[in-house]
Amino acid sequence: MIDDWFPLALVLLLSIFLGYELISKVPSTLHTPLMSGSNAISGITLIGAISAAGAAHNSGFSQVLAVLAVALATVNVVGGYVVTNRMLGMFKKKEREGDLS
Amino acid sequence: MNTATEIAYLVAAASFILGLRMLGSPETARHGNLLSAFGMSLAALVTFFGDEMENYGWVLFGIVIGAVVGVIAARLVEMTAMPEMVALFNGSGGAASLFLGWVVHLSTSPNFFTASTVIMAVFIGGTTFTGSLVAWAKLRELTLAGKRLGGAYTFPGQRAINMGVLIIALLGGVVYAADSSGSVAAGGLAVGILLSLLFGILLVVPIGGADMPVVIAVLNSLSGLAACAAGFAVENAILVVAGALVGASGFILMTVMCKSMNRTLVNVFAGGFGATGGGAGTVVDGVVQPIMAEDAYYLLEAADSVVIVPGYGLAVAQAQHVVREMSDLLEKSGADVRYAIHPVAGRMPGHMNVLLAEANVPYDVLAEMDDINPVMGTVDVCLVVGANDVVNPAARDDECSPIYGMPIIDVDRARIVIVLKRSMGTGFAGISNPLFFRSNTRMLFGDAKTSLQQVVSEFKD
Repeated sequence: MIDDWFPLALVLLLSIFLGYELISKVPSTLHTPLMSGSNAISGITLIGAISAAGAAHNSGFSQVLAVLAVALATVNVVGGYVVTNRMLGMFKKKEREGDLS
Repeated sequence: MNTATEIAYLVAAASFILGLRMLGSPETARHGNLLSAFGMSLAALVTFFGDEMENYGWVLFGIVIGAVVGVIAARLVEMTAMPEMVALFNGSGGAASLFLGWVVHLSTSPNFFTASTVIMAVFIGGTTFTGSLVAWAKLRELTLAGKRLGGAYTFPGQRAINMGVLIIALLGGVVYAADSSGSVAAGGLAVGILLSLLFGILLVVPIGGADMPVVIAVLNSLSGLAACAAGFAVENAILVVAGALVGASGFILMTVMCKSMNRTLVNVFAGGFGATGGGAGTVVDGVVQPIMAEDAYYLLEAADSVVIVPGYGLAVAQAQHVVREMSDLLEKSGADVRYAIHPVAGRMPGHMNVLLAEANVPYDVLAEMDDINPVMGTVDVCLVVGANDVVNPAARDDECSPIYGMPIIDVDRARIVIVLKRSMGTGFAGISNPLFFRSNTRMLFGDAKTSLQQVVSEFKD
């Protein structure tokens, strides 16, 4: 139960400004990996889902929902990072001398 | 939550922040992504081995299923299908937030503040989920009952209906939050869930394929906000931090995309170009000068500087590899070759850059619109591959055109423009393009990949 909501709200506010500053600097070349990489971060719901699915006091239905949340968030996290890594592996700088390809 | 967990979460948050920062440069981007993945794994591990855990089996089951699906999908997806993949991952994240919010409702009796965040996680998560599914269907160009889903569907009273759905959902949310364990609460939550799913569909259905970059960015932002709301619901700051970073990232991309199309967000969500733009602009009549691949070869072969402008048609034709082959041959014969990328070319932000990277085009020969336009007058040949609206001079010159004011790549200022195009049909937005009738424009009709292959074989002869 949150009675003291203020610290979390402050964290929210600061994170939004921080995110804005961080991402304004990303060049458009990298917009797709940025999108899929940040998309993977949005799978952070996984952390909450693990706690919820691991808790002892769940009823049958809420246990099913919690496990579904774990699975879906994991798809988001794992898929997002793997696909971003795959894409970034393809970004190469021009080799002026001895371009072997 | 014990101290070790708290420290691990702090490290994870720092990894996300640094990781995103490193994504800002092509040299460090890959390490940045790995750092961010490390932070996520660490946070998941300490949570899994935390004090309050009981049902290890169930959790592990969910993680294994999710990881297998995620890895397979991410490895098999073709680079041209990347927008669809991102949309699906987004949707699954949104659905996870919806379910997590629901579980919090079922397993605790939340107070007013927590209940408000539960309903927000559920609503934003649900909207992200169905919105992403619709976006996916549109990007795949699926058909439903014989109708193409890729188009923009508008119907009378659309805005009123959307507003109505939002208002009812808001009322349901207030009813729920006011008395989250009372008898009407379950009804309020159910209304919230159903309407969120409906709202996601209504939101994306009227949007056409050319506006997809904006939609994908918005959905990305929403999935972050859903995680954020879920973070408030389960009182976990790491969810709030990470969710807010993603929310901000999607918001910035959305702003960039809207600006590059000279449109407002409201305008995009109100429906496709044709639906609100009113007409196709001044109709241009003139003589089209078609050429053969052989003629294109002579023009290109004689050029000292060549600029290639790719568009969505490049992705459709899967022509990125042959484009690269041709630009290699051009460089070998001494020409300076660059690529000019419009910010909204393709179906998601940076789509063209990824395709060209896949074909081994080095990223330092890719130029952004603002850098290439001032030097366009010195370019000998500009080759337009599957782009239409982003090179339409009507956006610059014709005040009647529905895309008037949208920044374009000034290909018409090059000495010669070669446009690769299937036929004389108008582009996605259905707007006539005076570029095709200019005296310095040559049209090379046919499938982009086939045409380029012919040009390449001319080079080799």
